Amino acid sequence: MIHPRRRGLAAIMLWLIFLLACVVVISRTHFTTDLSAFLPRSPTPEQQLLMDQLQDGLASRLILVGIEGADAPTRARLSRQVAQRLRADPTFVSVNNGEPVNSERDRALLFDNRYLLSPAVTPGRFSADGLHAALSDSIDLLASPAGLLVKSLLPRDPTGEMLQLLEQLDSGTQPKLVEGAWASRDGTRALLLMQTHAAGGDTDAQQFAMAAIRQAFDQALDQTPGATASAQLVMTGPGVFSVTSRDTIKRQVTRLSIISLALIATLLLLVYRSFSALALGLLPVVSGALAGIAAVSLGFGAVHGITLGFGTALIGEAVDYSIYLFVQSEQNRADHQNWIKRFWPTIRLGVLTSIAGFASLLLSGFPGLAQLGLYAIAGLIAAATVTRFVLPSLLPANFRIHDLSAVGLTLSRVVQGAAALRWPAAIVVLAACAIVVNNRASLWDDTIASLSPVSQADVELDTRLRADMGAPDVRYLVVVSGANQESVLRAAERVSTLLQTLVEQGELAGFESPSHYLPSLATQRARQASLPPRPVLETHLAQAVQGLPVRAQLFTPFLADAAVARSQRLLQASDLQQTSMAMAVDALLIQQHGQWRALLPLTAPEGGSIDAEPIRAALSAIPDVLFVDMKAESDRLYSGYLREAIALSLGGLVAIVALLLVVFRSPMRVLRIIAPLAAAVVTVTAGLSLFGQQMIILHLVGLLLVAAVGSNYALFFDRPDPRTPILPRTLASMLFASLTTVAGFGLLAFSDVSILQALGVTVAPGVILALFYAAVFARQADAGSSHA
Amino acid sequence: MTRLTRPHFRRCALVWLALLFSPLAQAVPLSIAQLMAGLAKHPQGAATFTETKTISILEQPIESSGELLFIAPARLEKRTLKPKPETMVLDGGTLTLERGRRKHVLQLKDYPEVAGMIESIRATLAGDLQALEQVYHLALDGGQERWTLVLTPLDPKVSAVIARIRMEGGRNVVRSVEILQADGDRSLMTIEQQATP
Repeated sequence: MIHPRRRGLAAIMLWLIFLLACVVVISRTHFTTDLSAFLPRSPTPEQQLLMDQLQDGLASRLILVGIEGADAPTRARLSRQVAQRLRADPTFVSVNNGEPVNSERDRALLFDNRYLLSPAVTPGRFSADGLHAALSDSIDLLASPAGLLVKSLLPRDPTGEMLQLLEQLDSGTQPKLVEGAWASRDGTRALLLMQTHAAGGDTDAQQFAMAAIRQAFDQALDQTPGATASAQLVMTGPGVFSVTSRDTIKRQVTRLSIISLALIATLLLLVYRSFSALALGLLPVVSGALAGIAAVSLGFGAVHGITLGFGTALIGEAVDYSIYLFVQSEQNRADHQNWIKRFWPTIRLGVLTSIAGFASLLLSGFPGLAQLGLYAIAGLIAAATVTRFVLPSLLPANFRIHDLSAVGLTLSRVVQGAAALRWPAAIVVLAACAIVVNNRASLWDDTIASLSPVSQADVELDTRLRADMGAPDVRYLVVVSGANQESVLRAAERVSTLLQTLVEQGELAGFESPSHYLPSLATQRARQASLPPRPVLETHLAQAVQGLPVRAQLFTPFLADAAVARSQRLLQASDLQQTSMAMAVDALLIQQHGQWRALLPLTAPEGGSIDAEPIRAALSAIPDVLFVDMKAESDRLYSGYLREAIALSLGGLVAIVALLLVVFRSPMRVLRIIAPLAAAVVTVTAGLSLFGQQMIILHLVGLLLVAAVGSNYALFFDRPDPRTPILPRTLASMLFASLTTVAGFGLLAFSDVSILQALGVTVAPGVILALFYAAVFARQADAGSSHA
Repeated sequence: MTRLTRPHFRRCALVWLALLFSPLAQAVPLSIAQLMAGLAKHPQGAATFTETKTISILEQPIESSGELLFIAPARLEKRTLKPKPETMVLDGGTLTLERGRRKHVLQLKDYPEVAGMIESIRATLAGDLQALEQVYHLALDGGQERWTLVLTPLDPKVSAVIARIRMEGGRNVVRSVEILQADGDRSLMTIEQQATP
């Protein structure tokens, strides 16, 4: 008698130490809600680029702001005031609303460095013939409506380099100006485009930036009497998305865990009619949750919010073990030991099948999925172990729960009658199979957008503002890597030359390159060398003006400027500060992990898309150059995950079958255990398809859970000898266990976060169906004897 | 080159006859409001133009020619055919310039000097007195058959570039637009109406 008790004490001590360790680990855990869970663990270069771009690329740093309501002059005034405030805020690299803020400085920089920047500057340009051609063009331009703009430049810039630069930098589409500020096409919204210093993946910093925008707007409102009531602010952008989705996930996970805990507690209280039983029954759950979080934290370095959401749902599953213990055992201590002998092997097998199922997820290259797998395994092992080794020792001598034999007896009768439903159930399963086979092409949603926790309304706002703004979506990128800035810029120039021919062939509408704003030093030197010494240039000019209606003397300022440019200091990145060009170079020229990268975003021809093949072919000659279609890449990434998850789940199924075969050594028996689970999985899949819900990766996790939870039921219904009846208490425990699981997961079905909702709608009906099919297809005592 | 081709001569003769036989037209001086109302009656018109620019830095004037198309109230197209094909389309507040393969879209507001010049022509063609008076001081001389409208910019930003614009016309048609720039450069555009079908 002493030995078991001493063992029990030791188990309690170990358990407490374990809990303490878990708490220590968790207290140091970093919780995330960003995109990291969706990014692969061992990315290809393209995927690495995708990740970098999502987390801190140019597009990730943009916040699009709209001011709605009130009237157009008020909106424009608010826009100017907000912009003025935020331009002074170091949080933002730039704040654009159409006001010509940098244009003076921009023009000065371009003009002073025109002979270093203009791609038209070649030795031929300043020969007599080259000058003649350039001058003729400039004179023709004088005759045109734009002539007024270039007239004053002619004496200093007769070859039109400034115009070249302006044309190259003119990105084309910009929103229209209403009352001096950008407005949407329909004129109902003022628009601002901001670029933050912080990366889009830095959610805290993005939240800070959003707060700054909101504050600036509120202050502007205070100074604009009459606008307060009607004007409102809307924001969108990758950073805004990550902030709102973090808020949503945090809010929902907190709310769901509180509600589901309350629901399960109420249910258990109704069943047990004992607070101590409730408290004790939750111990394995708490242990499991702590173990799960700690394990994920240790395994992945961070825990994602979605994993926690999944964890709250798993409460409903982990609580099953204590239900089995309390309900199935007789009402005295000896019987708890008896329970361990009689039922523990079955439950242990159930836990093992669950682990076999979830272990496959650990292999996933999708960290989000691997986290769920690890959480589930660690949580279930901890919960089951605590139930087996700790809980019996903790039960007080007079531990008693409400007598459930009446419920159990009723259930016994119901289960005996369940056999009558065999044929209808079989027909339902067959119909479900037919539906699944018939709709197999549309079962899965393989776009990455399906995982996004961002609401549909927010996505629509984003699309609208983006269309209004003509904001770059940075879908196609050419990326050049190198050891230093100079080598990257040189390679970018080579790529630019190739891309320019594609633009001329109409394959591309245009492209951007950091070398447009900051040419490599080599190129700048070559351009300087293209300018002949003053006496030579003077001679060329005298020849060039022959036959043109201008006198060479007019261009004396040009001769002076060219002479200066020949020995001018070369343009450095630091010279661009405080100009619009700095923003472009910051975004397009990146130093990261000791490596330099130049990004060249491509613009597709209007109404068309970019054909990757000719571009890849054209670029293949240059080393360390990558062409990436970000959207195709991210969708490929996700559909890769999905395919992998399907394969892994099938692998999990095989592992479960193999485990059961090893334990039972009877294919028929294994088939009987697997059949209700398979039926439940097929029925749920058919149901989702019927309701038009396309499955994402989390539905698959849900199905795996159905198999894991359902395996417990199937094992209880499985008896080597069908004439031994299932104890009424066992039936009652299964009913309560399934109810708690449904309560835990059912709540998720009401979540706005698609990935949590997917789990809910799969697991809750799946578990009920698994229990139902297990009861209906169980071997019946009378049936068995009549066949014999 | 003989400028008096036969149809031209005939039209002049007709105008002359009309002047002879309608004493009213001669007697009553034309008011700006009347002129504008008359111009506003033509919602659409196609014409050819010849433009001569005299620019101080160039030894000789440069000449260009092409077609004009106006669709009330806000669209003005100027298609230059010589010396180089070029299109300028003003629609609302957006100015689109197309030259070779290059296309520029400008917001008129960003370029007040260009805006002043183009707006004067468009508003006159549209008979939009209000728009004209926002930017210019107007002075009208002459009668129904032959009038001269002189626009002087009000905005100092515009007058730094444009000294004045002088338009001549007869009946409800603009015949020429002369722009005198502040630096002494000039451009003269003569407009030939195309027969409306």
